[in-house]
Amino acid sequence: MKGKTWAWITFALGCTYFFVPLIATIEFSMRMKRGVYSFEAYRVVFGDERFQATFGYSILIAALTIIVGILIVVPTAYWIRLRLPKLRPVVEFITLLPLIIPAIVIVFGYLRMYNSSSWLPFTATRRGTDILLMFGYVTLALPYMYRAVDTGLRTIDVQTLTEAAQILGAKWPTIIAKVILPNVLIAVLSGAFLTFAIVIGEFTMASLLDRPAFGPYLQNIGANRAYEPAALAIIAFFITWGCMAVIQILSRYAPKSASRPN
Amino acid sequence: MTDQGTQNQATAPQRFRLPWSWLGVAPFFIFALMFLILPTFRLIIGAFQTPDGSFTLENIQALAQPSIVSAYMISLKISIASAVLGAVAGFALAVAIVRGGLPEWVRASTLTFSGVASNFAGVPLAFAFLATLGRLGLVTVILNNWFGLNLYNAGFNLLSFWGLTLTYLYFQIPLMVLIITPALDGLKREWGEAAATLGANNWQYWRMVLIPVLWPSFLGTVILLFANAFGAIATAYALTGSSLNIVPILLYAQIRGDVLHNPNLGYALAMGMIFITGASNLAYLWFRTRSERWLK
Repeated sequence: MKGKTWAWITFALGCTYFFVPLIATIEFSMRMKRGVYSFEAYRVVFGDERFQATFGYSILIAALTIIVGILIVVPTAYWIRLRLPKLRPVVEFITLLPLIIPAIVIVFGYLRMYNSSSWLPFTATRRGTDILLMFGYVTLALPYMYRAVDTGLRTIDVQTLTEAAQILGAKWPTIIAKVILPNVLIAVLSGAFLTFAIVIGEFTMASLLDRPAFGPYLQNIGANRAYEPAALAIIAFFITWGCMAVIQILSRYAPKSASRPN
Repeated sequence: MTDQGTQNQATAPQRFRLPWSWLGVAPFFIFALMFLILPTFRLIIGAFQTPDGSFTLENIQALAQPSIVSAYMISLKISIASAVLGAVAGFALAVAIVRGGLPEWVRASTLTFSGVASNFAGVPLAFAFLATLGRLGLVTVILNNWFGLNLYNAGFNLLSFWGLTLTYLYFQIPLMVLIITPALDGLKREWGEAAATLGANNWQYWRMVLIPVLWPSFLGTVILLFANAFGAIATAYALTGSSLNIVPILLYAQIRGDVLHNPNLGYALAMGMIFITGASNLAYLWFRTRSERWLK
């Protein structure tokens, strides 16, 4: 066998720790019918109206999060590279803040700042709270989205492409939408799928803003049912795995070499 | 609008011009102010105010009450334990796949799986561990039926310090693998050859070259894992309900129902969390600048 013995032992220990919970969860999720293994728990979960409603709601919020995230991050990262490189440390620091400030603190701040008696009462209406939740998710996704897009921009020559487009008479929206975006599309899509994986089962913000999202539904099922939570854990694992698989496939198509240093 | 800015720059650099180019980043800064910076500042200001708005330090002093101190202590213990254990285990795994001479598929699949597992957190992770080590979990049942070992009689409880630490390791170890593998890849082959030429054995090479070079990235990642665990709430809440008194769960209860009977004390609690994660991230940045000196 290739490789050193200690390395194989370490790898085997890792496999044990990481696969036993998965196997146990699959086994548990199939125990719903007494005495036989069945997919009953999955049937119950998929048939549950609240599952469909909350999952649909979270997909919608995730999609909006991705769109708004792209609209904020792509022009900013592009502009920083093109015109304002001095601001780069400031913007990078801000995009790292959501990793420092816990989500529960951010949403606590929203509840204090945007309550129904404030100058901008987001939480006064349901639609307003949906929008606030969406912006909260854009904040959570900001570190990942910004890094993905910035890495993508690093591989193209932003300056030359912009000048060429300007000479041909393109306006700013055209340059960003038709020249820059297609060149960093793969990076943007990677950021989008990572955002989706983070947002789809998010619990803290959705629960404290009291929105009918997938995360609070999961928690509720966990507190009240026996076998369905295990089935939901497996479903959630496959969603995460699917997102990561897409990102890995996309990365094969991404340009590898940097045309510019930095 | 911005072509104008360029032209002005070329023709009349001295003339005052409106900072048009700043408009391009205005949406980002407005967004960051509204949904990240100002809400956090409102909490920090609130921590130093009485309910009627005048300045006070009482909220900060009130953090010293035993129930809040114990919440911070349990949170710190769990975060430190899961960060250190996760870093050590993740480091061992990363060394195995980078320097253990294992086939390429082992490395590739470990990295892919780490990407998945590091994002498999929150409520579903709690469900997975309940199905594994809960009272009716597979491992609990197998140990009891096959080996006569009753984990829960032996003092183990998933809803405890060790249970939560063991659960957190499921995302901490993969995160360590993902961060430290590039650092291990960055070790130059020449260093090993140079050490061997000078007569160093493998242990000396590790002790005098690799460990000093890797130490800053290792410590930096430990701190990152610490902050990662400290702010997490969903897994703990789904696992233990409110039976385990950690800071994020206390804060969650406070936001939902003012269990501390003082909204401003809640702001102080939140500020304490920012203070701890902020300080740890400053330390991380410091270690990272040190590690980048060697790993270029």
